[in-house]
Amino acid sequence: MKEKVVEIISKYNGDRSRLMDILLDIHDWQGYVDDASVDVLASELGISAAEVNETISFYHFFSNKPRAKYNIYLNDSITACMRGRAQVEQAFENECGIKFGTVSADGVFGLYDTSCQGMNDQGPAAIINDLVFTNLTPYRVKALVDGMKEGKEIKDLVYEANGDGNNADPDMQVMVQNHIRKGGMLLDKNFEPYAVVNNMLKDKSPEDVIQIVQDSNLRGRGGAGFPTGLKWRFGRRVEGEHRVIICNADEGEPGTFKDRVMLTEFPELVFEGMAIAAYATGADIGLVYLRYEYRYMLDFLNRKLQEMRDANALGKDIGGIKDFNFDIRIQLGAGAYVCGEESALIESLEGKRGEPRDKPPFPVEKGYLDYPTIVNNVETLAATVKILQNGSEWFTSFGTKDSHGTKLLSVSGDCRFPGIYEVEWGTSIREVLQMCGAENVQAIQVGGPSGVLIGTRDIDHLNKTELMNWYKPSGMMTAEKFFDRKLSYSDLPTGGSMIIFNKDRNLLEEVVMNFMDFFIEESCGSCSTCRSLPQIMKEKLEKILSGAGVRQDIDDLLSWGKVIKVSRCGLGQTAANPILSSILNFRHLYEEHIQAMTDYDNTFDMEGLVKASCDFVGRKPVFHNS
Amino acid sequence: MNNTVKFKIDGNIVTAEKGQTIVEAAHAAGIYIPTLCNFKGVKPKGCCRMCSVKINSRYMTACTTPVSDGMEVENNIDELVDMRKSIIELMFVSGNHFCPSCEKSGNCELQALGYRYQMLVPRFPFSFPQKGIDASSPKIMKDQNRCIMCKRCMKTIKDENGKNYFAFKNRSNKVEVVLDAEMGKTMPDDLAKLAMENCPVGSIIYKEIGYNEPIGTRKYDKTPIGSEIEV
Ligand SMILES: Cc1cc2nc3c(=O)[nH]c(=O)nc-3n(C[C@H](O)[C@H](O)[C@H](O)COP(=O)(O)O)c2cc1C
Ligand code: SF4
Ligand code: FES
Repeated sequence: MKEKVVEIISKYNGDRSRLMDILLDIHDWQGYVDDASVDVLASELGISAAEVNETISFYHFFSNKPRAKYNIYLNDSITACMRGRAQVEQAFENECGIKFGTVSADGVFGLYDTSCQGMNDQGPAAIINDLVFTNLTPYRVKALVDGMKEGKEIKDLVYEANGDGNNADPDMQVMVQNHIRKGGMLLDKNFEPYAVVNNMLKDKSPEDVIQIVQDSNLRGRGGAGFPTGLKWRFGRRVEGEHRVIICNADEGEPGTFKDRVMLTEFPELVFEGMAIAAYATGADIGLVYLRYEYRYMLDFLNRKLQEMRDANALGKDIGGIKDFNFDIRIQLGAGAYVCGEESALIESLEGKRGEPRDKPPFPVEKGYLDYPTIVNNVETLAATVKILQNGSEWFTSFGTKDSHGTKLLSVSGDCRFPGIYEVEWGTSIREVLQMCGAENVQAIQVGGPSGVLIGTRDIDHLNKTELMNWYKPSGMMTAEKFFDRKLSYSDLPTGGSMIIFNKDRNLLEEVVMNFMDFFIEESCGSCSTCRSLPQIMKEKLEKILSGAGVRQDIDDLLSWGKVIKVSRCGLGQTAANPILSSILNFRHLYEEHIQAMTDYDNTFDMEGLVKASCDFVGRKPVFHNS
Repeated sequence: MNNTVKFKIDGNIVTAEKGQTIVEAAHAAGIYIPTLCNFKGVKPKGCCRMCSVKINSRYMTACTTPVSDGMEVENNIDELVDMRKSIIELMFVSGNHFCPSCEKSGNCELQALGYRYQMLVPRFPFSFPQKGIDASSPKIMKDQNRCIMCKRCMKTIKDENGKNYFAFKNRSNKVEVVLDAEMGKTMPDDLAKLAMENCPVGSIIYKEIGYNEPIGTRKYDKTPIGSEIEV
């Protein structure tokens, strides 16, 4: 047993920074990391056992307790809940005979709740022994569990045919559907892979490439919208023995699944974008941080990388350019939303818990292993290929004055055609709703839980000053931009998540509570504010929903929501947004619940508490007031 | 000459050395910025957020941000004072801090900040979490009820090979700072004492000797926290 762990460690040259891979291999081998293995890891890597456990205990898909033969990770994102997750959960519990969060005594079943898995367009979904099962129903759950009881292989329990496109590739074979509803410059199969790297780069200096990207005004598609050309320029300027290009494929924001589709159908574009970025910045190390939930793509993507090497678009003297050496490795995550934050992602790549770093220094100055590091989103990288191919002027002809090109939207929730829509910047929310066949719409969540909840009607009546007061400075998205309904950096920026709620949805009880639970679960726990406040605010909301709230409670939420803005990273800074933006845009829902005529907190239940304490000490209460 | 930087804190000009953090420069200049997780001599990690200041109307942690020429820092403004008070209150309600019976009373930085910011009843409800005490080490007790996750012990208490005695466990509001079980068993006496000293609160308590220094005569019993810095 010890030998096996030592063998795994030596596969990674005893490199502490590869702890994620080492732990993933140990999980593949025996399902969890036992204490004895932790001790071996500690002594071989020269760290304390507590430090090894620090990494293990951080990630959702790691375990230091035995897991089951069949490990069922059921997605609990809001759209899954809207599509019957409660019944599916009940069915799993009934059929397996255990509760979620536990493993059955015979070690056959393990049931776990999991944050959004990037399957919002086909939920409720579950990952069972690394395989994705979509569109779950109680009926399907019963069939699944019956099969497991017979001891069947998990791949023999698949109930839908393979999905479209590369989902059916021999190296993929999953029932996931792409749901591409509207194509554009990115979602276009008509292109020659690696043409830019192999034919065009040799006529351009790295400086030229950066200038073209800068002239295109391309901005980061991962949510923060930082100008890509500028980021590359910074990265090039900083001295370093190595430079690093990281593709952020963590895609954890609930409601986003466009990177899933890009990686499934257009991995060549994404990897070529990385090679272009490497050429422009002088980087030699390439890393893709792929969320664990997309592990089913790993073999397929590795094959694509090999094809790329064979085509001389990766490796040594790429595209015939002397000394242009660059290669890409895919690193799997292990289930943590915060690892999408670029500095947390880097920590994770170094084998540590995904805890964001203080900035400055920014990754372009000091990133992966302290080398200058450029982190870009999947979609951003793909766009650079099109820009190099067609020129910056062509690119700026799409979109609006301040937002150029297209944006992939991940649309889910109450609409007839959830899926991926590639739209030009400047498209209005109303147009999106029409495209996806949404009717009877009450609200739309733009940008995921960290974004804003807007009403389709109320948005016209928003009061600018009020809005600005509460959202500044939120870091990721500033609210003064939410007046018009046009998707653009000056109006309504978005990483692409759009979740639609119809008039039958209970926005506070269903939606806001779900989002708050998400932030509570996904906080890295490092900042005092982000660690404690979301829970406290959620409990305050519960108090309001229970009918015990007064006006002061709403005011408290608004002022506590400001305290959390001092948190270190975008997660904490936006963790109160579900509450803040729903108060702002749907204040009437709060007003309906509070006791409008009471201005003091009357929840203290004297009699109840006296009775409880009497029960405890075995005395009989006597009340004199009746 | 090139090694100095001039910047402003609440309008006052401060001269600092290049590479210093705002906290270092401010404290050297006799201006108090409250800190909790920051610890002299080790790399800062902005965990407690107490030192948050405003620069260009953005929040920045003064313990991690290096000074730069012409920087304008807002520190002692109403908004930030109330923010810091909320953070102290937040720490009180999310743990179990019973000062009168705590060995660290009077030497506790959290308690001292509570006084300095005149905390009365916290604005947040108490959560009275169920937390444990790890007394497995012969030298120290690690009381999770009082831990504020500042990481000071994680960063400063190491063995001769640089291995950490303390580490984080879990994430979210379930995060804990735990003592390595094996290393805790053989912890040297001086390191155990240092661990207690470096802990800003009473989460690490040295065993065997208690209340050596009577309450009432301790560090912050006499002068408020920060007064050692302020001119
Ligand atoms: C909590 C949090 C989660 C994030 N998740 C992602 C993500 O999954 N994918 C992504 O590309 N960017 C994510 N980001 C933004 C990244 O930090 C970073 O800005 C981005 O990867 C930069 O690439 P871009 O400039 O191409 O957008 C996240 C940020 C935060 C604060
Ligand atoms: S804001 Fe939250 S997630 Fe981000 S570093 Fe702080 S505790 Fe971690
Ligand atoms: S002292 Fe700066 S964040 Fe704690």
